[in-house]
Amino acid sequence: MSAAFAGLLLGLGVNSSAGAQEALGVHGTLEDQQDQPVAGVTITVADASGTEIAAVESGADGAWAVELDAEGTYVVTLDESTLPDGLLVRNGRPQLEVEVSSNRAVLFPLDTQLAEGVEPQQPGDDATDAGGESDSPEEETSDADTEDGEQLGAIEDEGGSTRAISLLVSGLHFGLMIALAAVGLSMVFGTTGLTNFAHGDLITFGGVMALMFNVAFGLPVWVAAILAVALGGAFGWAQDFGLWAPLRRKGIGLISMMIISIGLALLIRFATLFFFGGQRERYNEYVGQKPWDLGWLVIAPKEVVTGIIALVVCVAVALALLFTRLGKATRAVADNPALAESTGIDVNQVIRLVWTIGGALAAMSGVFLSISDGVKFDMGQHLLLLVFAAVVLGGLGTAFGAFIGSMLIGVFVQMSTLVIAPELKYVGALAVLIIIMLTRPQGILGRRERIG
Amino acid sequence: MSDSEEAVTAEEQPSTVPAGIAAARAALADVPAEPGVPKLDPILNATGVRRAFGGLVAVDVAHLEVQRGAITALIGPNGAGKTTFFNLLTGFDRPNRGEWVFDGRRADRMRSYQVARAGMVRTFQLTKALTRMTVMDNMLIGAADQVGEGFWAGLVHPLWKRQEAANREKALVLLERFKLIDKRDDYAGELSGGQRKLLEMARALMLNPRMVMLDEPMAGVNPALKQSLLEHIKDLREEGMTVLFVEHDMDMVHEIADWVAVMAAGELITEGTPDQISADRRVIDAYLGAHHDAAER
Amino acid sequence: MDWHFVFSQALTQAIGPTMLVYALAAIGLNLQFGYTGLLNFGQAAFAAMGAYGLAIGVVVLDLPFWWGIGLGLASAVVLALLLGIPTLRLRADYLAIVTIAAAEIVRRTARATGLSEYTGGSDGMRGFSEPFFAMNPYPSEATWTFLFASMDGGRLKLDFLLFDLQYSNRDLWVMTVGWVLVAFFLVLLGLLVRSPWGRVLKGIREDEEAVRSLGKNVFAYKMQALVIGGLIGAVAGFLFALSRANVQPDTFITDFTFYLYVIIILGGAARLFGPVLGAALFWFLYSFLSQGLNQGIRSGAIPEDWLSATQVGPLVFFLVGLSMVLLLIYRPQGILGDRRELTLDVR
Ligand SMILES: Nc1ncnc2c1ncn2[C@@H]1O[C@H](COP(=O)(O)OP(=O)(O)O)[C@@H](O)[C@H]1O
Ligand SMILES: [Mg+2]
Repeated sequence: MSAAFAGLLLGLGVNSSAGAQEALGVHGTLEDQQDQPVAGVTITVADASGTEIAAVESGADGAWAVELDAEGTYVVTLDESTLPDGLLVRNGRPQLEVEVSSNRAVLFPLDTQLAEGVEPQQPGDDATDAGGESDSPEEETSDADTEDGEQLGAIEDEGGSTRAISLLVSGLHFGLMIALAAVGLSMVFGTTGLTNFAHGDLITFGGVMALMFNVAFGLPVWVAAILAVALGGAFGWAQDFGLWAPLRRKGIGLISMMIISIGLALLIRFATLFFFGGQRERYNEYVGQKPWDLGWLVIAPKEVVTGIIALVVCVAVALALLFTRLGKATRAVADNPALAESTGIDVNQVIRLVWTIGGALAAMSGVFLSISDGVKFDMGQHLLLLVFAAVVLGGLGTAFGAFIGSMLIGVFVQMSTLVIAPELKYVGALAVLIIIMLTRPQGILGRRERIG
Repeated sequence: MSDSEEAVTAEEQPSTVPAGIAAARAALADVPAEPGVPKLDPILNATGVRRAFGGLVAVDVAHLEVQRGAITALIGPNGAGKTTFFNLLTGFDRPNRGEWVFDGRRADRMRSYQVARAGMVRTFQLTKALTRMTVMDNMLIGAADQVGEGFWAGLVHPLWKRQEAANREKALVLLERFKLIDKRDDYAGELSGGQRKLLEMARALMLNPRMVMLDEPMAGVNPALKQSLLEHIKDLREEGMTVLFVEHDMDMVHEIADWVAVMAAGELITEGTPDQISADRRVIDAYLGAHHDAAER
Repeated sequence: MDWHFVFSQALTQAIGPTMLVYALAAIGLNLQFGYTGLLNFGQAAFAAMGAYGLAIGVVVLDLPFWWGIGLGLASAVVLALLLGIPTLRLRADYLAIVTIAAAEIVRRTARATGLSEYTGGSDGMRGFSEPFFAMNPYPSEATWTFLFASMDGGRLKLDFLLFDLQYSNRDLWVMTVGWVLVAFFLVLLGLLVRSPWGRVLKGIREDEEAVRSLGKNVFAYKMQALVIGGLIGAVAGFLFALSRANVQPDTFITDFTFYLYVIIILGGAARLFGPVLGAALFWFLYSFLSQGLNQGIRSGAIPEDWLSATQVGPLVFFLVGLSMVLLLIYRPQGILGDRRELTLDVR
C-alpha cells in the first residue's frame, strides 16, 4: 500500500509549484534553511526495479522536475556529494520511494551543518505549503520548521512498525521536554495557586540565553547550556523576588495575578523579538548531526543525550521532593500553606525555591528543544499549551502527575501523526485536554476540592 | 412555589403558632437519647450517608432524623465530618451512598440550588458575602422566584418592577432586624466578620426557608453580637422554621438547642437533650480523643 | 517629524473599523469576564466562528449573505455549549485553559492544509463581502466640501486643523454598522446588568457557591453569559471579516484575546462603557506609538542604531505587555472603575 511508503516529506526547502500539475512526473525545489535556492544538485529518478530513468540538476531557482510516462513506484535520489558545502539532507535520507500517479512534489529538507555566517530567515516563511496533490495521511508537513518550532526528527518513509517505534521514541523525548517545563509550572501552581501564563517564556528564555552564549560569545553549546539553565534559575528567582512575592504580600487576587502573568508573557516575548528578531536561529553545534541507524530506529545522538539528561533531572527532582527536607516542605506548602506556615516552614522561602527550580528546569527544556529545532522568540508560547495540557492531565498542582501527564502528551502528540495529518497533531492533543476535562477534571492524580 | 407561600403565612402569624420552644421541647421530651432515634415529626430523615475522601471516611451516618420546628445542634470535634455532612445534605457534595428525605421529598439526588429551592438553605463556615456588591444587593439576590432573573424578562423592567419593590421592602425589614439597616448601601466587603455572618443569615431568610442549616454561625463573632445572633436563631424557631446548626461552645448549645446530635470520626455517636449530652461520657471522650490526636501531630 | 500625521493616524484609528471590532469583542468578553467572572481566553475563537461561519457559508456553501450571518452566530452558540458544558461546573482556571486550547484548535484547524478546500488554509478566504458593500449608502464618487468636511471621490476628510480624519466610503459603511452594533449591544447589556438577571451574574463573579446556596442555577447563568458574550464575539468577527473583505486564520491568535483583556482592564472591568473607551484608547496609543516611532526613525530624530523600523512593532507590543502588568498592579479598576470596589478584592 502506498501509504506505508508514502515517502513524501513535505519539508523545509521545497515549494511545489501549484501550476503545472496535469502532467505525470516528480518535481521539487531545493532551498536551504534560509529559503535560498540551491542550484546544481543532481537528482536521479529510478523505477522500482532500480533502472535509472533520468538524472537532472536543480536550476538557479532550485527547481527540478522529471517527467514520467507511467504511474508507479519510483525511487528519487539526491546526490549528496553535489550539495554545496555545509548542507546535507536532514536525517540522512537522500533517497525516497514515491508512489506517482500525478505530478508529485518530492521534498528533500536541507539542513545546515554549521550555522556560521548564515543569513537569518524571515518569520512567517516557515509554514510550508504541502503542495496539494497527495492525500496520503502519513506525509509529514513542514516538519523541520513548523510554526511551533517543535520538531523531533523527521520520521518519514518508514514501514509501519518501525515508524511507530520511531514516533514512540521521539514522543518520549518530547514528553521529557514538556515534563521539564511542566514540573515547574505545576509546583508554582501547587504552592501559590497561580496559573502562570508566562511559564512558556521561561522556556524561550533558556533557549535564547544559550544562543547568546553560544553564537555571540562563542562558547561551546554544553557550556552555554549550563549557563542558560543557571540564568533561567536566576530569572525565576528574580521574578518571584521582584514581582510575585510583593504581589502576594499586597494581597492581589489570583485572577489578577493570572492576568498579570499574561502581560508578563507578552512583555518577555516581545522583548525577545525586539532583541533577537523573529527568525529561527540555531546553535553552531550538533546541527544536522548524523543519526544512529539501529535498523528499527533512527535517532540522532543529541536526542539521546538530551533525553537522558532530562530523565535524570526529573528523577532527581522527584527524589528531592520525596526525601529532602526542603522537598518535604514544598509538598507540605502545596498541601496546605496555612498549616505548613504554622509548623514553622518559611512558606515564602519555599515558594522562592520553587520559582528558582521551575525557572531552571524550563530553561533546560528550552535549551534542549533548541538543540533539536533551533530557537525562536515564540517557541515557549506554543509549547505552553501542551504544558498546560500535561499539567491538567496529571492533576493541577501535583508534580508527579505533571510528569506522567507530560509523557502521555508527548507520546500522544507524536504517535497521533500515524493517523492524523502532522499539522493537526497539536489539535489532537488539545482536544484530548478538553475530553479529559469532561471526564476526569481532577486529572490522573489530582484530588477534588473541598467546599465550605 | 406553594412552599414559599406556606412559609410566608407561617411568618405572618407567629402568635397563632403554638410557642415554638414549648412545642419543640414537648415533641422531643419522650425521645430516648440514642443515635438515630426516630422523632415524632421529622422534617429531615437521612439513612446510611457515607462519604469517603480516598481512604478517609469523612462521614458515615447510619441514621439521623431532625425534628420539625426545633433547634438541633450538631457538635463534634474538628474533623468530625460536620461540614462534609452539611455539604452532602445541601447538595454541595455527592455521597458515596445514602439517601435522605426532606419535607416529604427525596433530596439526595437534588442539585444544591434545587435543595435551596425546596426550602433547605445553608450558610457557610467561612462566610461567603458577595463582597463587591452592596448589602442590599446581597439581600435581593436571595429572594426566591424572581421574574427578572430570566434573561428575556430581565430586559423588560415593567415585568419585575413590582416584585423587586416588594423584595426590597422585605429586605429592609430583615436588615432592620439584623441591625444592618445603616449599612445597606455599603459594599458587603466592608462589613466586619461578625456582620457578614449576620448578613449571610439574613440573606438566607430572604428565601423563606423551612429549614436553616448554619455552619458555625458563632465562630469569630464578638460576644455582644453573639448574643443577638442567638436571639435571631431563637426567633427562627418561633417563626416555625427548623434549625440545624454546628457549634462548639456547649454553653451556647445549652442556651438555645432543643436537641443535640454528636458526631465523631464521621459517625453519629449519640443524640439527646443538651443536659443528657453534657453528662455523656462518650462525648467527652470524643472531644478528648480529638485533642489527644491533635497533640500527637 | 510630522506630528500632524501621527495625531491624524492615531485618532483615525481610535474610532475606526478595527477599533470597533475590538470594542465589540471586548463588550462580549466584559459580560463574561467583567460581570460573571468567567475567564474566557478564547474570544478569538468566537470571533473566528463568526468570520469563518460567514465566509464558509457564502463562499463554500453558496448560501445567501444573511444565512452566512446566521451560520456564524449558530457556530458561536455551538462553540459556547461545547466549551461550557465540560468546564462551567469546574474551577475558574479550567475554563481559561480549555478556552485557550479551543482557540488554538480552531485556528490550527482553519489553517490546516488538508481542509484548505473549505477554509482556504493559511491564505484564508475572500469573496463574501460584496452583498455587504452592495448595501453601502455612501457613494463612491461623491465630491463636495462643507465647512471642515470634504468628500473627494468617496473619501471623507474631516479637517480639524491640528489633525484630520480620513475614511474611504467602505470604511464609513463599516463604521456606521459597527457603531450601530456597539450602541445596540451597550443598550442591551445596560438593561441586562441592571436587572435581577445581571445581579445573579455579579453574584456568581463574587462567589458562585453562595449564589448556588440561594437557589440559583449557577450553571445555567454562566452558560447564558458564555453564549451571549460569544455571540457578540461572533458579531465582532463579522465586522472583522467584512472590514477587510477577507478572513485569515492567523488574525485569530490567542494574542487577540489577550489584547481584549488589556482593553477591558484599561477601560474598567464590569463598566458598561469600559470596553469602548478601552478600545479607543488602546488603538489611539498603539497607532500613536507605532506611527510616532516610525516617523521618528524616518526623520532621523531616533538614530537607526537605537531602533530599527522592524523593531517598532515588538517595542510597541512590549509596552502593551508592560502597561498590562502596571495597570493591574497600580490601577486595576481601569479608567472608569471604582477604587473602593477593588480594594475589597482580597482573596
Ligand atoms: N475535599 C476534601 N478532600 C479531602 N479531605 C477532606 C475534604 N473535605 C473534608 N475532608 C476531610 O474530612 C474530614 C471531615 O472534615 P469536616 O467535615 O470539615 O469536619 P468538621 O466540619 O467536623 O470540622 C477531615 O478529616 C477533612 O480533612
Ligand atoms: Mg466544619
